[in-house]
Amino acid sequence: MAVKTPTEREVVVKEMSWDPITRIVGSLGIHAEIDFTNQQVLNTYSTSMIFRGFDIFMKGIDPRDAHFITSRICGICGDNHCTCSCLNQNMAYSVKPPPLGDYAFNLAESADFMFDHAIFNDCMANVDFCEQMVKETNPEVLAKAEQTSAEHSSIHGYRTIADIMRALNPFTGDFYLETLEVARYTREMYCLFGGRHTHPSTIMPGGCSADITQQTLTEYYIRLMRYFEYCKRTIPMHDDLYDFFYEALPGYERVGFRETNLVNWGCFDDPDYVDYSYANMTEWGRQRFVTPGVVLNGELVSTDLVEINLMIRILLGSSYFEGWENEETFVTHDPLGNPVSKDHPWNKTTIPKPQKRDFLDKYSWVVSPRIFDERTGKHVACDTGGGPFARQWVTAKAGLVDLGFLKATGESIKMALPRTASMPEMEFEWKIPKWSNAIERDRARTYHQAYSALVALHCVQRAMGEVKAGRTKSWNDFKVPDEAVSVGFHEAARGVLSHHMVIRDGKIANYQPYPPTPWNASSRDVHGTPGPYEDACQNTPIFEKNGPDNFKGIDLMRAVRSFDPCLPCGVHMYTGNGRVKKVVHTPTGLC
Amino acid sequence: MALTDIEFAPNQKETEAVTAHVIWMTSGQGCDGDSVAMTSATNPSLEDIIHGIIPGMPRVVIHTPVLAYENGAEFFQAWYDAEEGKLDPFVLIVEGSIPNEKLSGEGHWAAIGQDPVSGQPITTNEWVDRLAPKAAAVVAAGTCATYGGIPAMKNNPTGAMGLPDYLGWDFKSAAGLPIVCVPGCPTQPDNLTETLLYLVLQLGGMTAPIELDDALRPKWLFERSVHEGCNRAAYYEHGDFAKVYGDDHRCLVKLGCEGPVVKCNVPYRGWVNGIGGCPNVGGICIGCTMPGFPDKYMPFMDAAAKSLFSAYPAQFTYGPIYKKLRNWEIKRNGDKEPAWRHRKNKLTTGYQPRHYAK
Repeated sequence: MAVKTPTEREVVVKEMSWDPITRIVGSLGIHAEIDFTNQQVLNTYSTSMIFRGFDIFMKGIDPRDAHFITSRICGICGDNHCTCSCLNQNMAYSVKPPPLGDYAFNLAESADFMFDHAIFNDCMANVDFCEQMVKETNPEVLAKAEQTSAEHSSIHGYRTIADIMRALNPFTGDFYLETLEVARYTREMYCLFGGRHTHPSTIMPGGCSADITQQTLTEYYIRLMRYFEYCKRTIPMHDDLYDFFYEALPGYERVGFRETNLVNWGCFDDPDYVDYSYANMTEWGRQRFVTPGVVLNGELVSTDLVEINLMIRILLGSSYFEGWENEETFVTHDPLGNPVSKDHPWNKTTIPKPQKRDFLDKYSWVVSPRIFDERTGKHVACDTGGGPFARQWVTAKAGLVDLGFLKATGESIKMALPRTASMPEMEFEWKIPKWSNAIERDRARTYHQAYSALVALHCVQRAMGEVKAGRTKSWNDFKVPDEAVSVGFHEAARGVLSHHMVIRDGKIANYQPYPPTPWNASSRDVHGTPGPYEDACQNTPIFEKNGPDNFKGIDLMRAVRSFDPCLPCGVHMYTGNGRVKKVVHTPTGLC
Repeated sequence: MALTDIEFAPNQKETEAVTAHVIWMTSGQGCDGDSVAMTSATNPSLEDIIHGIIPGMPRVVIHTPVLAYENGAEFFQAWYDAEEGKLDPFVLIVEGSIPNEKLSGEGHWAAIGQDPVSGQPITTNEWVDRLAPKAAAVVAAGTCATYGGIPAMKNNPTGAMGLPDYLGWDFKSAAGLPIVCVPGCPTQPDNLTETLLYLVLQLGGMTAPIELDDALRPKWLFERSVHEGCNRAAYYEHGDFAKVYGDDHRCLVKLGCEGPVVKCNVPYRGWVNGIGGCPNVGGICIGCTMPGFPDKYMPFMDAAAKSLFSAYPAQFTYGPIYKKLRNWEIKRNGDKEPAWRHRKNKLTTGYQPRHYAK
């Protein structure tokens, strides 16, 4: 037994693993050291344990196959990959689709966001806030929820906060079950333009090959209006639930907290401006219905996609790959003459090196993408805020988007939702929050459902105009050049997505897709900087009432799920009830 | 007999007392697209299966990481229980390709969990070895798991393959069933849930054993080609082919559609709740359900010589004649109403109250 001096106390630290983290797509393992004495999370390691090698087996293929192949990277963002690859190919082939083709892309992708944010928020992430979970982790919070009236009950119909929690119970809660249905008709909306979800059949370089008629648009529009009605109940319900957590558990803003370092590549091109060229990417990027941007320490440092492209670096450190210092440099300068780093995706060569896992050395198949900050010379681990948080943060701050019913003000985003079958017109405003934390990432997602629906409303009305005017063409022909250097910038539901391509002799010489997960789930890089999941978990305080023996790690789960993890990559598993790693005596001046 | 004692299925009480577990393993080299597809299925939906929609069907408990309430150890307990024979019967669903771990040295290409002694990850292959022989039925979901698919394409570094390549094409489950392959990249959602429902009914003794073809696919789902179920096939018969993608709704064979030589029911089942699909809505078929996918169909956007072989005769001989005759027939006959529909004073329908008209 340890002898305690008056200035020392015993600190119990346990090494715990959650593996797999369920209710996400793909599998993720989180290994953490928990200090149960001070109720704090210490070191955290995020691991991914599956490798396929897309960037290896795509070398040498016809570039026109790229969207079909890369779609298969992910089973929930597959359509985002396909779209991103087509944007990338449009740049390489210098082809601009007809306006109806561009609108079709936007209609498909906005439907995907409507689906994805709905199912992820209320059938996956918010199960962490459901009655059953709260009862098992914080019974005192559930008791309080029973006594707390929901402010917006007249809109969403749930009298107390506990009623909202019950509605989220898996497979029994009525809101959970309704959301499963919503996640189906929104995918029907996707399929009207994309053919299939998640690996589309009609999204092509040059445009959309779906047969788009008045019927297609009617079927989309009717479902969209049903979705608006769902949003009108969803936003106030989530606001009530999340605000309650801040109130019931003071300090909850520290769960999943990290510095506001965000990336977002923007999405939904405006056919009136986009020409897909690299030379004009700065201008058409800023005309996107979601504004691209990089945020460092709470400051929006750029909305220029060319500048942003040159800031991207891929680092190794803790992943099972060999460096490419001695491999070929594909692109020394971008098409505008700017120098390109050896660590840029255009120049990366992927050389896998499977090996034993060692948390002090290599422990994951996920590399470490970083933003290079020229001002400080530092490589910053930025996150996507799970997608909506970064998209809305940048868009609100930049103040460029104005669709009438959707307007960025510089500090907020104002949204007006049209009258629907049983509800009047309603207005919502999402304000840039004080923190980048778990609750605000989740809250941004629910607002982004309405945001995506409003983009869809704009585009479906424009698309109807095109069809009525007889402009029914949605695809333009192109030729594959012998040589090209190109990039596609897009957003997957859960954040940034880029595809960098080099074509030589009409074939793919290098193809580097970077989805949101490498940004968020990245391992410690060569400079020792942890990835965002690791960073957000470390120093997360523990509010859970269960002790070390039946610890569920709910606060950590909420922190990780707020990023909307999507890892069709790694899985691994828990080893028991938590092995006591060390019992250390730390001097403390307080007790 | 009181009406409440009526059984809606033979031995309903006994079959409903059976609990069938489903262990859904997504740790192959895949994308979870088949799990995501499962959440969009409508006939049956996931809830339909869990809530036991058909009288007499065994109770179903699905252990899927995509929607599980539990995390980590609590979630994984079912895998250990299945291995120890505590979950009987269980269906093992495998998603993703199986890599060749003989090529990964001391590391791994795909793993899940860690060995309690060494602390090293347990490969997906080892899990398959541990669970497949205990399973009442083994399902390979999606083209990666069935035949290798995209991770197994030419030049891949991991030696990926399908589950039958790994376990053997003559593998038999604990209940004596071959591996059931539901290909598709991803699987058409209802194809997967319907196959699962069928297997559950079979485990409850409610139906005949599932019939599979030579590639281990459920026969009723994959007996027709895409072309045989396609709403654009008549254009092929007319030799009338689309020249551009998009608003040209004719047959897509000359734009790269592989439909005539691919087995799949998507054109008549649609994608989600009947909406969407491939050539039926304008997308070329790239053969994603096939053992030869993707290499044998690339480059996807070029027309396949074998399809053109039959397209040209149609285009240059009978096709245009059929089309002309049919259009003429529509215009001359079908589009015209019979002459007796008018508002004149006299009835000319041929009506005779006492005997048949002559």
